[in-house]
Amino acid sequence: MKANSRRVGIPTLLLLIGPAFILFTMFVVVPVVQAAVYSLYKWNGMGPLTAFRGFSNFINLATDPVFQKALWHNVLIVVVSLGIEIPLALGLALIIGRSDFKLAVFFRTFFFMPYVLSEVITGVLWQFIYHPQYGLVKAIVHFISPSAPAPILLGNPQLTLWVIMIVIIWKYFGFHMTILIAGLQDIPLELREAARIDGASAGQVNRYVTLPLLRPTIQISVFFSIIGSFQVFDVVWAMGKGDPVNAAETMVTFLYKFGIQRLSIGYGSSVAVTIFAICLVFSIFYQRTLAREAR
Amino acid sequence: MRRILSLVGVLVLATAFTAFAAGPVKVSFWHIGVNDPDKPFYQGVVDAYMKLHPNVTIDITILENEAFKAKTSTLMQSGNPPDVFQSWGGGLMSTYAEAGLLRDISKEVIGTAWGNSMAPGVLGVYQYNGKQYGMPYDMGAVSIWYNKELLAKVGYKTFPTTWPAMLTLVSKLKAAGITPIALGGGDKWPSHFWWSYLAIRLGGKAAFQGVVSGKGSFNAAPFVKAGQLLLDLTNMKPFQDGFLAATWPDQAGIIGDGKAAFHLMGQWSPAAEASYSVSKKGILDKEGMAPFPSVPGGVGLATDVFGGGNGFAIGKNAPDEAVDFLRFLTSKENNSIYAATGNIIPTVKGADVALKDPNAKLVKALVDKAGYYQLYLDQFFPPAVGGVVNDSVQTILAKTATPAQAASAIQKAYDANK
Repeated sequence: MKANSRRVGIPTLLLLIGPAFILFTMFVVVPVVQAAVYSLYKWNGMGPLTAFRGFSNFINLATDPVFQKALWHNVLIVVVSLGIEIPLALGLALIIGRSDFKLAVFFRTFFFMPYVLSEVITGVLWQFIYHPQYGLVKAIVHFISPSAPAPILLGNPQLTLWVIMIVIIWKYFGFHMTILIAGLQDIPLELREAARIDGASAGQVNRYVTLPLLRPTIQISVFFSIIGSFQVFDVVWAMGKGDPVNAAETMVTFLYKFGIQRLSIGYGSSVAVTIFAICLVFSIFYQRTLAREAR
Repeated sequence: MRRILSLVGVLVLATAFTAFAAGPVKVSFWHIGVNDPDKPFYQGVVDAYMKLHPNVTIDITILENEAFKAKTSTLMQSGNPPDVFQSWGGGLMSTYAEAGLLRDISKEVIGTAWGNSMAPGVLGVYQYNGKQYGMPYDMGAVSIWYNKELLAKVGYKTFPTTWPAMLTLVSKLKAAGITPIALGGGDKWPSHFWWSYLAIRLGGKAAFQGVVSGKGSFNAAPFVKAGQLLLDLTNMKPFQDGFLAATWPDQAGIIGDGKAAFHLMGQWSPAAEASYSVSKKGILDKEGMAPFPSVPGGVGLATDVFGGGNGFAIGKNAPDEAVDFLRFLTSKENNSIYAATGNIIPTVKGADVALKDPNAKLVKALVDKAGYYQLYLDQFFPPAVGGVVNDSVQTILAKTATPAQAASAIQKAYDANK
């Protein structure tokens, strides 16, 4: 064994890791540290840092009802992603991923298409669809029942978040479906065939053969879905900036609105640090749990 | 290789020499005139200036209002403001000036022919601590813009002059199946016009001076009552369906298409209504303009005006040519050309003779008669306070806060940012 293992020399190591390490430090580590410093000041982003406020930004943040609302919305988005988006993606992957399915390529492209659209275009598109004066939804409602009042979706604070969630699911389920199809293709066909020969029904094959083998892929999908849910911004912003009355505010729209737009960079940085901490803690926890299970 | 290097060297030298000979200067110029007639007007002024001064190159960047606000705040934080850029004066401009990001042009303006070409009150909007940082070209008033044809359908020849009479009009329009008011509630600032104007009619100059001096506050009666009157209006359901998520272009389009009877907006309204209407023409001569109704029992005068305008500020690194270009842009000649488009209310004395549009003349008359002129609250205060004014008005319209809670939220933000 020893003879086979070749040690990588220091120059090779520097050459291969160096550029990535430098870029990572410059564009990830440094800004994170900077944000952490800013979060301790009252600062409008211009001029030197002078007004040191300790942890007061974080205390204000924790007691800010709008931020609490935003955090709760992120949790709801996670729940909906895991409860609807991933199962939907998985179901479609199991159907489309079958080798005997004729239109597989067509449907794979079809369902993946929303993911290719940019987030802002998606938001604007759906804003038109939901528009109470000339939207598609209104047209459909009027076709079914001409006397019905125009449905108010984005403009109704009780519904705003939910109609935006439909868009989020529409946009991202194709991405998860594609990951899961890739995972399915790694599962040897023989295993499924063997199970069928042994008398397992299609459902049983999926339940006892495919899903357990697909588990690592599902775990990755879930991971992306949760991190993505905590960072969701563009779609929400394009569809009304998290308003009316903060009905669809997320942590990142909160950060942009109350930190950047209103020139409270110190306060905004405390939001950024909080989001970073949440994602970091979650990632470490998730990876560790997975690593333990894998063993 | 060597030959290439020497070639490059020659080129560099050549450029350096031409640079010396002509003394080329670059001026960056950012405006928000994305539509006609603003866009061609600015292009015309820039072309004319560059023809007169061949050594000056003016780079134009045109951004839509919201995009402009987002982009400039980032630019400002990087410490590299454009040379000449759109500014509404007031709180945000003061924040920039305080951070040393603007060029002090007091020397060029105050006491000179340029400065004397405008009324002192108008210049004051672009001053901070007594120093001049920009120049306005447009100073108008927020007023009611209405569709004469739709009002005639319910028996009105002119717009009512009092708030209760306006409410009667609203119920008559509703009974006739006409949407009374268009409102881009999602953009928030159009809603803040309603609340602010009510507060001005109720409390007058004294109420706002009280807030600034600290002797009064937003918790005072006029501000709470303003919220109550706005809530009463909202309860009549006068706005188009889904107004809470509608944008300002939606609002302008609805009026421009003749699908709502009136709205409350600034002097640029008729041009925007045309741009955002299906026909691209708006409602043309069906357009009427009226001052904001008076409110019985209020101490504000019917002539008090809420409004603001447009102008340009000068970035800290701007060359003298940038200041000269702004002087050219706000000259009587160019201000008159712009005024003739009907899209602005000119600030230069005498330029208003170019106003052709009867509605624009009415706005100009409002401004001229104003004993008390209050700048838009979301511009008057720093962004952290102005933003809360807009948020709070939205909470009244969405009924998630009482008028008193909304007023106290504004006062809280004001105290925190003093």
